[in-house]
Amino acid sequence: MNKSSEYKRYTHSRLGNAVYFSFLIIAGAFSMLPIIYCVCTAFKPLDELLVFPPRFFVHRPTVENFIQLPAIIENLRIPLTRYLFNSFFVTCLSTFLHIIVASMAAYVLSKTNIRFKKIIFLVVQLSLLYNAYTLAVPQYLIFSTMRIIDTFWVYILPAIPSSTGVFLIKQYMDSSVPDSLLEAARIDGAGPVNIYFRVVMPIIKPAWMTLMLLSFQSLWSAMPSGTIFSEKLKTLPYVLSSISAGGIARAGSAMAATVLMMLPPMIILVVSQSNVVETMGSAGMKG
Amino acid sequence: MTRKNAASQKKSLNSENAFHYMMLAPFLILFFLFTVLPVLSSLGLSFFAYDMISFPKFNGITNYLRMFNGDEVFKKAVVNTLKFAVVTGPLSYLLAYLLAWFINEFNPAVRTVLTFIFYAPAMIGNTVFIWQVIFSADSYGYANSFLISSGLISEPISWFRNESYNFIILAVIQLWTSMGISFLADIAGLQNVNPELYEAGALDGIKNRWYELWYITLPSMKSILLFGAVMQIQATFSIGSVITSLAGYPSINNSVDTVVSHLLDVGTVRYEMGYAAAISTVLFLMMILTRALIGKILDYLGK
Repeated sequence: MNKSSEYKRYTHSRLGNAVYFSFLIIAGAFSMLPIIYCVCTAFKPLDELLVFPPRFFVHRPTVENFIQLPAIIENLRIPLTRYLFNSFFVTCLSTFLHIIVASMAAYVLSKTNIRFKKIIFLVVQLSLLYNAYTLAVPQYLIFSTMRIIDTFWVYILPAIPSSTGVFLIKQYMDSSVPDSLLEAARIDGAGPVNIYFRVVMPIIKPAWMTLMLLSFQSLWSAMPSGTIFSEKLKTLPYVLSSISAGGIARAGSAMAATVLMMLPPMIILVVSQSNVVETMGSAGMKG
Repeated sequence: MTRKNAASQKKSLNSENAFHYMMLAPFLILFFLFTVLPVLSSLGLSFFAYDMISFPKFNGITNYLRMFNGDEVFKKAVVNTLKFAVVTGPLSYLLAYLLAWFINEFNPAVRTVLTFIFYAPAMIGNTVFIWQVIFSADSYGYANSFLISSGLISEPISWFRNESYNFIILAVIQLWTSMGISFLADIAGLQNVNPELYEAGALDGIKNRWYELWYITLPSMKSILLFGAVMQIQATFSIGSVITSLAGYPSINNSVDTVVSHLLDVGTVRYEMGYAAAISTVLFLMMILTRALIGKILDYLGK
């Protein structure tokens, strides 16, 4: 596990270590700031939310904000479980399809000799640089031509061909899947399906685990505007925004809901990252 | 198995090729529908006058001429965007890499915890509200109340309406929110540097981590570095909506208006979609040039 125990890679200078740890601590504190703030606010009683001068940390934590949530949500026209189901359904299905479709495309662009692959890849890269906002109107026209406005397809279909995923996985394959390995598998008689699922996918696990996180996280909080009208097709971010619209009196409950909303992506973060690291261990053993 | 005649080899190659096209097809079709087609129509729209109500009217390069002769805000916005890009882009990119690289030294459990800590800012969907609370213009803001109670200032500072502070505060916010994707990509990329290379490097006399970084680690993950760079360019040049919600639009003397905040105003407030498309196209070209430049710089790694 610890590489320096196997062989002496280099000497760690004391100054280097000091710089290294102080950098990590300062950056870490800075980056945890908003989460700590959210969690503290979610547990603040109303008087602490309004106190002057404002306090960052909570002094008398209470779960009142969480207890009030069901009462606030009770006024929704359809039950919360429906929003919950919609969110999980749309996010998981789109993420799964995106990973499959993107990694298949990336494999073809990285490891085969089909025609036009250079130009296709160039277009994929360039498409990332076009401002997403300007694309909303043409996209809307395409949705309406396809007659998928106000259906689940509006969430799912555009999420599948995201260029970020193809680009990430393609770059990862370029540097980590040696052509000689694929050649060896082919000589051993493995067909293209086997090569893709048994040889390529396990090697690039860190890349698709990362992609799973990025995709889940962005879809989980996505709120398509102007394309979903039926209440029964809406997802949790709509509920969250209706709670936040309640003003200062609901600031605590809104933060409590925000904290709850963050939990699924956080779980995915931990799962995906511990898998990224685990692959490292097995790769080390192979070497 | 090993001895195939030329004909059957060719046949199997053909069927393999067909299979590869099948693997690419789902992506290609959806990508064309939801990305290529909208980009093309937006490029086309930049030569039209379109207010989203009446039918688009062709007006040649009028939109482009207007941008360079007459739209004073646009010129300021380009300068501001470049300022933000130069200050935050490289710094955020390097910081993401350094963090990923530092973390890579720890054992897996600690590494997962540290990844969690550093990715945290990207986890909270909309982080604008926390900056609003910290830099609120009245004395209720954390920054003002702290400075007043410690006697450094007597009047609250209107942070985002003050030209001496707004740029730097927004640059720090941008720095801090735009690291996420390249940070994660770098972590994944570092996992796949062949450990044998480090061993060979140690035998060849690489004595400190910086040499190892420059001669082994960075060149081994060049393709991931390019990915991170492109995502960084995207994030850096797209800075706009965060600025608009914190500093307003137009900001004081247009001091922090960017191309995207100008674009959002033209598109969502004034509904001049043709002009908005033209601005997008110019922004697109700026990003492509930056991308080409970065490609050249990455070629020097490990040399």
